[in-house]
Amino acid sequence: MAEYAKLVPSPTPDTQPYWDGLNEGRLRLQRCADCGKVRHYPRPMCDACYSMNVAWMDASGRGLVHSWTVTHHAFHPGFKPDLPYTLLTVDLDEGVRMQAQLRGLDASELRIGLPVRVAFEPATEGLTLPVFEPA
Amino acid sequence: MSLHEKGAVTGVGETEYLRGTDRTPLSLQLEASLRAIEDAGLKPTDIDGVIPYGLGAVAEDFVTNFGIPDLRFSATTPMGGASAVAAIQCAIAAVHAGICNHVLLAIGRTGYSGGRIGTRVQQMPQFRVVGEFEMPSGAIAPAQLYAPMARRHMELYGTTSLQFAEIAVSTRNNAMLNSNATMQRAITVEDHQNSRMISDPLRLLDCSLESDGGAAVVISAADRARDMRRKPVLVMGVAEGHPDSPSAITQRPDMTTLGLAKAAPRAFAMAGVTPGDIDVAEIYDCFTYNVLCQIEDAGFCKKGEGGPFVESGAIRLGGKLPINTHGGLLSQAHMAGMNHIVELVRQLRGAAAAQVAGAKIGVVTGYGDMGDGSIAIMRRA
Repeated sequence: MAEYAKLVPSPTPDTQPYWDGLNEGRLRLQRCADCGKVRHYPRPMCDACYSMNVAWMDASGRGLVHSWTVTHHAFHPGFKPDLPYTLLTVDLDEGVRMQAQLRGLDASELRIGLPVRVAFEPATEGLTLPVFEPA
Repeated sequence: MSLHEKGAVTGVGETEYLRGTDRTPLSLQLEASLRAIEDAGLKPTDIDGVIPYGLGAVAEDFVTNFGIPDLRFSATTPMGGASAVAAIQCAIAAVHAGICNHVLLAIGRTGYSGGRIGTRVQQMPQFRVVGEFEMPSGAIAPAQLYAPMARRHMELYGTTSLQFAEIAVSTRNNAMLNSNATMQRAITVEDHQNSRMISDPLRLLDCSLESDGGAAVVISAADRARDMRRKPVLVMGVAEGHPDSPSAITQRPDMTTLGLAKAAPRAFAMAGVTPGDIDVAEIYDCFTYNVLCQIEDAGFCKKGEGGPFVESGAIRLGGKLPINTHGGLLSQAHMAGMNHIVELVRQLRGAAAAQVAGAKIGVVTGYGDMGDGSIAIMRRA
């Protein structure tokens, strides 16, 4: 198998459960264990109550398109084979956003508010990336 | 207490701007610095404060090369393209507090000949969050990170690529009047529309240059500036602002609003003027869209009206708000906005290549790191 040529994340103890979840086919979000506020991307502190007690929840994986871009230029050689690819910004039902590549829909069909759902793509050993497909 | 007219720009300097050099960023930075110091009528040893642009020379380099006997103040303002204008606030705070008298702000870079932007951002701590959660999916360079802001603006407000083209064409026209601008070939709206797509909706001609060169300015205490070689350009108001969710555009409540929206009202209040009083504006133009958005966030028009504003011809030389009269990052050189400060000072001295007739009050903005903003309002003394 060819060596994985794309950028890989460097998880920290604060973020590792998110990446572990993707490998298990689950989209996990942090929820403050004290006040219950959901936050993303993963980080040590709740910005509502400053608690550092973290709980993890499984997200529904459903959301609505917030914005997007179709990339035609590879700023890293590892992404050249993917061109062109579409990056979606999505409002998750849980009230936070995330960004991931689009699958299964032509970018010309995109509009704000279009329903999508998350799917999981194995990228390389120990790394699964989220993608979005039409809901 | 306010920094209103407590500091002035007393010297500006630039190297020749190039696309291709074998010189080091430090060498370019020192050359531009010497020119700014000479322009101010100072000696290098008179500099007692330095704010180098990040990712390059450090304060110690200036002590070593200039033989500064007693450097009293050094700082960095790590806000990407907002750094240079934010450094004006930092410098004036320092001179007004009496810490030092003359602060050098300097950049030198080999953005064309050295590491390109896709590589550089991966080394910047400000991009750590994006690096972990977005870069693995292929959102790496500023063009890709900012394109969704532009797309959302287009979807919400009907903003068009033709309006982006007007910014590219107007800026190029200005560059062609400036012998120290790297892009001298005329472009048309059609050229813009035919330029290759980088990250939709941003085409090649929506993107700024990668450049080699250096630029520097000297900020002096206002009471010292009165007796210096040139008539000072006084800083009437200055501020920096950080957007909500500064580390990830994806999470920003309103991704069409930048940190400048917080900074601009503070700067105008400090200056005691309104956007309607501004004769010329040097607006940070890493991408055409970012100019349009900052025109709104600085208060020159309402949110969503930036498209019609530029379409009206307002930003051209002779328009009601000439913008980026030097050619900007889009067509002069990418000096992270230090060249915008240099140009505003020249405009207010009446000595710019593309001079706005009778320019008395002007504004310069910075934008960087996914939305940080900075702004300075200046007038000729």
